[in-house]
Amino acid sequence: MLPAVFVGKRMDPQKALLRDLKRAERRRRLIAFALVAPLFLFLLVFFVLPIGDMLRRSLVDTELSEVWPRTTALTKVWVWDRVSEPTPEMYRALAEDIRQSAQERTIAVAARRLNYALDNGRSLVMNTARELRRQTDEPADWRARLIEIDPAWGDRKTWIAISQAAGPFTDYYLLTALDLERNEKDKIVRRPPERSLYLQVLGRTLLISATVTVLALILGFPVAYLVANAPKRIAGLLMILVLLPFWTSLLVRSAAWIVLLQDQGLVNDMLQALGITSGPVRLIFNRTGVIVAMTHVLLPFMILPMVATMKAIPPTYMRAALSLGAHPAIAFIRVYLPQTLPGVGAGVLLVFIMALGYYVTPALVGGADDQMLAHFIAFYTTSSANWGLAAALGVLLLTATAILYMVYAKLVGIGQVKLG
Amino acid sequence: MGVSEGFVRFDKVDKTYDGSVLVVAGLDLEVRRGEFLTLLGPSGSGKTTTLMMLAGFETPTRGVITLEGKDITRVPPHKRGLGMVFQNYALFPHMTVAENLAFPLEVRGVPKAVIREKVARALAMVRLPQLGDRLPSQLSGGQQQRVALARALVFEPVLVLMDEPLGALDKQLREHMQYEIKQLHDQLGVTVVYVTHDQSEALTMSDRIAVFHEGRIQQIADPRTIYEHPDTAFVAQFIGENNRLEGTVERVADGMASVVVADGSKVIAEAGPGVAAGHRVLVSLRPERLRLNQPNGSAANNFSGRVLEVIYHGDHLRVRLNALGRDDFIVKAPVIGGEGLTVGSEVSISWREVDGRALPL
Repeated sequence: MLPAVFVGKRMDPQKALLRDLKRAERRRRLIAFALVAPLFLFLLVFFVLPIGDMLRRSLVDTELSEVWPRTTALTKVWVWDRVSEPTPEMYRALAEDIRQSAQERTIAVAARRLNYALDNGRSLVMNTARELRRQTDEPADWRARLIEIDPAWGDRKTWIAISQAAGPFTDYYLLTALDLERNEKDKIVRRPPERSLYLQVLGRTLLISATVTVLALILGFPVAYLVANAPKRIAGLLMILVLLPFWTSLLVRSAAWIVLLQDQGLVNDMLQALGITSGPVRLIFNRTGVIVAMTHVLLPFMILPMVATMKAIPPTYMRAALSLGAHPAIAFIRVYLPQTLPGVGAGVLLVFIMALGYYVTPALVGGADDQMLAHFIAFYTTSSANWGLAAALGVLLLTATAILYMVYAKLVGIGQVKLG
Repeated sequence: MGVSEGFVRFDKVDKTYDGSVLVVAGLDLEVRRGEFLTLLGPSGSGKTTTLMMLAGFETPTRGVITLEGKDITRVPPHKRGLGMVFQNYALFPHMTVAENLAFPLEVRGVPKAVIREKVARALAMVRLPQLGDRLPSQLSGGQQQRVALARALVFEPVLVLMDEPLGALDKQLREHMQYEIKQLHDQLGVTVVYVTHDQSEALTMSDRIAVFHEGRIQQIADPRTIYEHPDTAFVAQFIGENNRLEGTVERVADGMASVVVADGSKVIAEAGPGVAAGHRVLVSLRPERLRLNQPNGSAANNFSGRVLEVIYHGDHLRVRLNALGRDDFIVKAPVIGGEGLTVGSEVSISWREVDGRALPL
């Protein structure tokens, strides 16, 4: 191969140089790709794809259309004209679908799906199925028959619910996660307070996370300072103490707080022995317990990045500030503190985002009103198999986190945040 | 610029960190008003600890430090009002150059308008008038050094301390900055205490040099005296190059000692402090004070040797000889007239008696 210089007649020498540079760099780039490939694949399969699937599940709604294909196909047409009453064909299709799905034992799926949207959806479907199994005849007027079994079949609301659940896509889950719903005129409206929950839970999640973050910062900063500035041996020992909670299971740590904070626990006994309180103070299974336990669990994530940053700040900066006539407090605030910001920023970000997704600790040491969004996601995934709503709440949490992250990045400057 | 005695005094100052080793031992030191005093010594000699005690970052274990007659031994650093330049500049990375310079003025409550004016003047003084808005990380090493200098001077301290301020610069820049610092000192009349382990830096910049070794001052004098009339073997060895001949003093007359060295030759050299007949001494000879192949009657010391090696240095020849019983005898010879210096040739070596120094071992 001729060097670029000889090709120069037809090729701009600048371009030839660039091309040769690219060729020379290619090998290095390939090696770099090969090095990150395993992790990239891992993240793709176990992180990006599941998140993508979650986003999909929050929008996809095929449960009802799979078990009641005839009814949902007809309601889809009906959707375009919602003022009109359901047609006789729709009633016939419904009866056939209910019978068939009862036979195929898939009726529970339909019952569950309708129960999300209708107050008594499950019993409506199950009762109707039971009745239809007894009445095996084919009436001419299915409408009258079904209304006879349950007057709810005559209600336009029931049919709107079916049509909204007909799929294949729905905004039902996402609207629910935002405490919104579609009314009879297909308009998006606020849910009545007694059926609203998730915005309040989101607010609670943010509040608890923010409180924990602030507490961890206040408690962690002096410790980080001490660890970063202590002589090597003592710093090592302190570091072990900071990391000790990492070596204990989250469950055990949370349970230990129950032992400490319960009515007859160590803390309450001490408070009474010191005469600070006359009776036991409720410290566990409420907000206090959640915040205490979560702060403890997350503290290392606040301390570690701060230590890393503080260790990198040479003591000469403080000395310089003092020599320039600054009082130690002023020197600390104006010279030392600003330089710790990358670590503080990283710690705050880590703790806050981790706290947002917390589940085990509030479940163990919190009361009913202290459960965070993750609790409801877990509930809908494992207990009630409402994957759509679980996914929608996941999307809500993810979006809230992303928005807060962007606001934070704008405020602190993400280049300022140092996670190492 | 009036130089007066006793501006800063260290009075019998001891410093120990572990209770057994004295890092600084029995230090008595006077810094004169307006002078440029360099504390010179190898690492661990106590020079930096001395500076840190003066700055207030270290407390003497025993003894008293006074500034203008006031005891400052226990005064915290921020109340001493001394300017300080650190080895790695210690410019605050999150502040611009102008903010760095304004800092010492702000903490002193100087009005904003005055600050702006003083900062501008300080920047002009170090010839960086355009760089006020830059961050320290956007400056070259030499520029950072100048800013650090300006910051230590902007609040007009009576005393400026410098802790190896040129250590991080390359050789050429370092020499240039030596000149600039010296000029600023002459211009402002400020007292400077300067710490370095670089002897050429100490020689070129200082009014006086205090040579530190093992926590004690070996000698304190002007650069010429330190170089040409060292008091101890350590000073002779630490500053500049020298040939070292061990021997015994035969007699001392008129400040000149006759020393019998290892191979039995008799060398005459200036007697150092306390040198008397019968003492074991070290005769220190500067390689550039020795003459090759220039026999003349006036030189008291005339010997012969054999050339082992000649290295061309551009401005001089470095000749290694076998002479006076040693084969590492070094002479710096001028290039002109050095044509006859070939390896293996016999040469004569001569030097005046004042060019050698007999020092107690």
